Amino acid sequence: MFAALLRRDLLLAWRSRADVLVSLTFFIIVACLFPFGVGSDKELLIRIGPGVLWVAALLSVLLSLNRLFAQDYADGTLEQWLLSDTPAPLWVAAKILAHWISTGLPLVLISPLLAVLYELPAEWLPTLAVSLLLGTPILALLGAVGAALTLGVRAGGVLIALLVLPLFVPVLIFGAGAVQAVADGTGATPWLLLLGAGDLAALSLAPLACAAALRLAVESG
Amino acid sequence: MNEHRSPAPQDTPQLTGWRRFASPALCYRLAGHFIRPCTKLAIVLTLAGLYLGFFVAPTDAVQGEVYRIIFIHVPTAWMSMFIYLIMAFWAVVGLVMKTRVSFMLMRALAPTGAIFCFLALWTGALWGRPTWGSYWVWDARLTSQLLLMFLYLGFIALTHSIEDLRRADFAGAILALVGALNVPVIYFSVKWWSTLHQGASVSLSKAPSMATTMLVAMLLVALAAWAYTIAVSMVRLRHIILMRERRSTWVRALLDAQEQKETA
Repeated sequence: MFAALLRRDLLLAWRSRADVLVSLTFFIIVACLFPFGVGSDKELLIRIGPGVLWVAALLSVLLSLNRLFAQDYADGTLEQWLLSDTPAPLWVAAKILAHWISTGLPLVLISPLLAVLYELPAEWLPTLAVSLLLGTPILALLGAVGAALTLGVRAGGVLIALLVLPLFVPVLIFGAGAVQAVADGTGATPWLLLLGAGDLAALSLAPLACAAALRLAVESG
Repeated sequence: MNEHRSPAPQDTPQLTGWRRFASPALCYRLAGHFIRPCTKLAIVLTLAGLYLGFFVAPTDAVQGEVYRIIFIHVPTAWMSMFIYLIMAFWAVVGLVMKTRVSFMLMRALAPTGAIFCFLALWTGALWGRPTWGSYWVWDARLTSQLLLMFLYLGFIALTHSIEDLRRADFAGAILALVGALNVPVIYFSVKWWSTLHQGASVSLSKAPSMATTMLVAMLLVALAAWAYTIAVSMVRLRHIILMRERRSTWVRALLDAQEQKETA
């Protein structure tokens, strides 16, 4: 079931590549806007680069969140899954994983390229990519709870930002902190370990909360 | 075949022991008993605490008179954090026991928490200007207080934008719970973040130990904040109960009795 759903969602994402590209393009555009705003001073860009890229990735994840359950909610698929005997947190986790692979992973892969635009030193790039690799799943998991809570709610798109952005702050701090630590020469390992711990905590709790919220949405809708 | 039939379903199941407080009707009456005494207590304690703080407590050696804002700032900040925990507590009770009144109480508390949070930020900014030279410093405490404000706003926005009451209650409870789990993570991450970025430029914890009158004044205002919170949330709870139970017989009877009293 887990694998089947994962394959289905990935296939759906592949068929509607344009949607996936939108959030990736959004990431790139936001990252490219900053030099226009703050000027192209090289040292300044190096200093704000890691933080800007992290914020851009975070916003891009946020933007894609309301697509996570909307389609399946609208056509009743979600209800069928809830009625099936597969434990809800399991298939919810599969959906989140598929969502992350189609929206989060591209961000990770393209981030070194954007880092070059900011002229970040080459030795920062692995840390940036790894911090995004560890951080974006947390964003997707926490965001999924927000997406499930606001499913079918009017003004859901704005609401979800209000709900999840405060919860995203620690991830942003740890992620950008990891790159900053490399820049300061203090070593990124503790920050990356914190992100890993966040992954495990979010993975164990978010699907449960998400499943409860989905059940609620389906029952009352 | 009919021997073992269960007793006929009653209008409302009879609850015994402490569970009977789950009844909205009983809660409505109980909440009514709290309002007047707590309002009076809040007024008296505020006046006493502020008098002690503003006129009796000695002037601070370092900051002068401006430190006196602490008598409003610290109690509101404490209260804003307590209220979120209390909300999370009622969220858990509601999710476990499936009691509607718990959710109503949770929702009744949220606006008060948000107001205290706002007051703490506002007074903090006013205090920061003369002492630190700026209204806002990206210090760990200020930043986590700001994030707490966003958590409150998110909770209120979510519960108000879902029309189905049951879903609004449960969704709010899930959010309150997720938020409460995140509060320590937010606090520590922000703390590490601020030490990483600016060192210890602003240290509140190194303040000299307080004079007893200051402490007493602050505690009095803090107690006043508790009394105010109880009074206001009980008023709000009663409104919520009336609104939701407006079709039940006991609310009809209550309103009829009130109408008669007014016409008499």
